[in-house]
Amino acid sequence: MASSEEIFEKVQETLVDALGVDDDEVTSEATLIDDLGAESIDFLDIVFRLEKNFDIKIPRGELFPENLANADSGFVADGKVTEDGIAQLREKMPHADVDKFAEDPQVSKMSDMFTVDMICKFTASRLG
Amino acid sequence: MRWYWVDKFIEFNSGVSARAVKNVSLSEEHMHDHFPGFPVMPASLMIEGMAQTGGILLGEKNDFVYNVILAKVPKVEFHSLACPGDQLIYSATLENASEEGGSVKVTATVEDRLVAEAEIVFVHLSSDDPQLSRIDQKNFVFRMNLLDILNVGKIDGDAESSATA
Repeated sequence: MASSEEIFEKVQETLVDALGVDDDEVTSEATLIDDLGAESIDFLDIVFRLEKNFDIKIPRGELFPENLANADSGFVADGKVTEDGIAQLREKMPHADVDKFAEDPQVSKMSDMFTVDMICKFTASRLG
Repeated sequence: MRWYWVDKFIEFNSGVSARAVKNVSLSEEHMHDHFPGFPVMPASLMIEGMAQTGGILLGEKNDFVYNVILAKVPKVEFHSLACPGDQLIYSATLENASEEGGSVKVTATVEDRLVAEAEIVFVHLSSDDPQLSRIDQKNFVFRMNLLDILNVGKIDGDAESSATA
């Protein structure tokens, strides 16, 4: 099994290739959208590269869940994710730091959960 | 203007790889503006040709049920020029393919000379996806008429045997 340093280095390389950023920008805490400038299409590219680099399969929506915060999802009220929504996030995104998000669960801050560390944890869980 | 940036396919391994030809000609209008007195194949149109080669390769894998849209070019490098009279060969290999889209690696060569290499990511949109109406279909969607390229050189299935018959 790969060590967490090895996984981080490979994830870092993956993000450098997918997002055209420098490796020193890809820190463990960096957020994909705000810090590394990822756009929606980059998420598919990242998934493809992780699958290739780690020889794993990532089913649609598992790393980056879709539609969780849609207005009709029932998990959003007054611009915040409801408690049911938080519970749903914990279930769907065990690799993300949902506790931190739950402190101030504004929908606009949901993307802050998408961090480099989140990808590393997800990948580690896949590598078993 | 017709938006064909490859002339024909010369090799097609379903779901794996494809090779297509683009003959660069001085009779193409744009060559006289790019550049006056120094005609070279525009790099942007080489990317389009590489994307058409790779996009048809991806589309064919799924029997063309999806609209295959050029979404991202994570990497492209140009090493040399293609001039009138040159025959560009675009060689694409399918790197990833999923329900959501796919990615290819493509090289462009003239004989043994490497002209360009690229990685290209595509997404799939179904025909009833609301996002599709926001896209200029002529330029970005591999519509069925683009698939005419697959039939170039095929008369009754095989141009060479017809010609020699």
